[in-house]
Amino acid sequence: MRNISRRDFGRLTMASAVASAGTLAGAFPALAQGTNPIRIGMSMSLSGGLAGNGRAALAAQQIWASDVNAKGGLLGRPVQLVFYDDQTNGGQVPGIYTKLLDVDKVDLVTSPYATAMIAPAMPVVMQRQMCFVTILGAGVNTTFKYDRHFNMNVVGDNMKETFAKGFLDIAATLEPKPRSIAILAVDNDFAQRAAESARFLARQRNIRVVYDRSYPPSTVDFSPTMRAVQAARPDLIYIASYPPDSNGILRASSELRISAQMFGGGMVGPQLAAFQAQLGPILNNLVNWDIFSVEPTMNFPGVSEFLTKYREVAVKEQTDVLGNYIPPYAYAQMQIVEQAVKRVGKIDQAALAADMHSQVFDTIIGPVTFSASGEWAHERNLLVQFQGITDGDLERYKRPGAKVILYPANLKSGTPRAPYGTPA
Amino acid sequence: MEFDLSLLLNGIVSGLLLGGLYAAAASGLAVSFGMLDIVNIAHPALMVTGAFTVVALGTWLGLDPLVVAVLQAPLFYVFGIGIYNAYHHFFEKRGDEALQGLAFFFGVMFIIEVGLVMVFGPEQRFLDPSYAYTTWRIGDIDLPLRMLVPGLFAMASIGGLFLYLHRSFTGLAIAAVAQDAEALRLMAIDPVRIKRLAFGISIALASMAGGALVVVQPVEPSSGQVFIGRVFAICIMGGMASLPGCIMAALLFGVVENVTATFFGPSWSPAVAFGWLLLVLAFRPQGLFGKAA
Repeated sequence: MRNISRRDFGRLTMASAVASAGTLAGAFPALAQGTNPIRIGMSMSLSGGLAGNGRAALAAQQIWASDVNAKGGLLGRPVQLVFYDDQTNGGQVPGIYTKLLDVDKVDLVTSPYATAMIAPAMPVVMQRQMCFVTILGAGVNTTFKYDRHFNMNVVGDNMKETFAKGFLDIAATLEPKPRSIAILAVDNDFAQRAAESARFLARQRNIRVVYDRSYPPSTVDFSPTMRAVQAARPDLIYIASYPPDSNGILRASSELRISAQMFGGGMVGPQLAAFQAQLGPILNNLVNWDIFSVEPTMNFPGVSEFLTKYREVAVKEQTDVLGNYIPPYAYAQMQIVEQAVKRVGKIDQAALAADMHSQVFDTIIGPVTFSASGEWAHERNLLVQFQGITDGDLERYKRPGAKVILYPANLKSGTPRAPYGTPA
Repeated sequence: MEFDLSLLLNGIVSGLLLGGLYAAAASGLAVSFGMLDIVNIAHPALMVTGAFTVVALGTWLGLDPLVVAVLQAPLFYVFGIGIYNAYHHFFEKRGDEALQGLAFFFGVMFIIEVGLVMVFGPEQRFLDPSYAYTTWRIGDIDLPLRMLVPGLFAMASIGGLFLYLHRSFTGLAIAAVAQDAEALRLMAIDPVRIKRLAFGISIALASMAGGALVVVQPVEPSSGQVFIGRVFAICIMGGMASLPGCIMAALLFGVVENVTATFFGPSWSPAVAFGWLLLVLAFRPQGLFGKAA
């Protein structure tokens, strides 16, 4: 009997992924006709801590592939997604991209979800000079400065000066004017950048920082931390957290009856259906960073149709049942690849990168243009507020009104309610 | 942060409640690792498996998570016996239990995590009992039932195990196998059978801890990872095979974590808590309740 090591298991997973890639022919009739597909390779977190968003992103990308193939493919060829599970382990990512490029010989590559998985792919992608459209990275290219990297994320180029701007702009409209802020952030790259932005902008606006701490991702109980935040008596509470910490923080705050003029900030978690179902009215009046809401101001062409398709497959694929967070962006990520390839007319990495730098892309999440560094040329951090939530019923999140957009002004769909901590 | 008596008292009380959850998670390991010398690194993953089955069965039957945890414990006992049989056949019997046994349980942990994603999906799962959003207040002290009830449940289950180990013949045999398996043979007791039984109990305890975990927080397939270091540290600090030691160490761990988080920030909590482990081991290498060799 031979032990199954982690490496062996990784190989087995890869083998099963290859096998599943083979079954794609059944899903896409064009493949069954024996044509030469355009193969798009990616690593994706289908297990491990990032699997929730990873699986949702993949489901959206598969819908895109299905849509494109139904319309005759790309450059007259069907598209085929070749993907491997990176198990939310950055160490697996370089090997996966090497295999995609050297063994599978894919034509194009896109990224897995989020910074921790994108960064390990960069050296391999850069070495092969591939055009690389990534999703929800945070400042990855600040270090690499790769001119063929394009990131689908609303935060834009200057996270420090813009990420918390919406939160503080909304706070500035409240009466009485908030004078103090507490900042709590998990020890990871994205959250620390978010906290840095809140710190920087608060000081710029003479808002006193009365609590400023980080916590390790392994924290189980947030009661003592939130009690210390409460003891500092801040007018504003800015949290930059990841799931499942966000859940623990909000539940502890509810148990301690914490109230503040505004509570929220850059929490990742409340955007997801599982949180909304469990926390119900605890989310009321939370003002939080987001990237999408089904408000009339974000009803871009194609997004409703996409969400209808996504929600049909979400239950079967066991992903986020609403799809109001990553999925529209994952679909739009592939639309950018699609539009660039169509314009260039061939698979030419340099030409694709030049096109992405110079053109405007019409996607289901609105028009997108990229800056010289490959981030969005214009940041679009949304600040949404949960309003009128009475229970964990998810149907309300399919309609406008539950997650009202307060910022930016051009997408605004409601007015802020204060304070946080009062019943709906 | 300035000293505040209310903050200190609440830090201690919330730490004791957190310690109750840690005790639930570590008690099964005190049996497998402490008594049987089986480095079951998959124990937290099995706890999370128990949590997922609690959510599935509890949602289906409409029962309280802790009731479901008790009802499903026999199934996990049988599952534990199966795991032990494989471990014994392929490693222990050959004398390969040290390093290869560890690799075996590492593999079990990994397979469990992937299996949970395959079966339940990667999303968070929850099952909130009716009392989950109730907080009792005694003066300035907050007692959220989300933490209190699982803590009491843990104490009750560990108390039951303690009585079983000290009052029943089989329980005494489990304690004996931890000390000298060969001596057990001389009394016509099969040590392998006793170890199999004890390991089954440890996995049943893991599933009950899963019920407690569901009440405290939602679970996802990788939730067990944050508990690996803590449960082994608690087991060692408590004195390996000692259940009272396990409880004391768990409560101490919880209190140190939460008081540190209150006054010095949560970043320091793990460092100070594990620092306590080193301090205890420096002065009592056998742990708080362990017997010196």
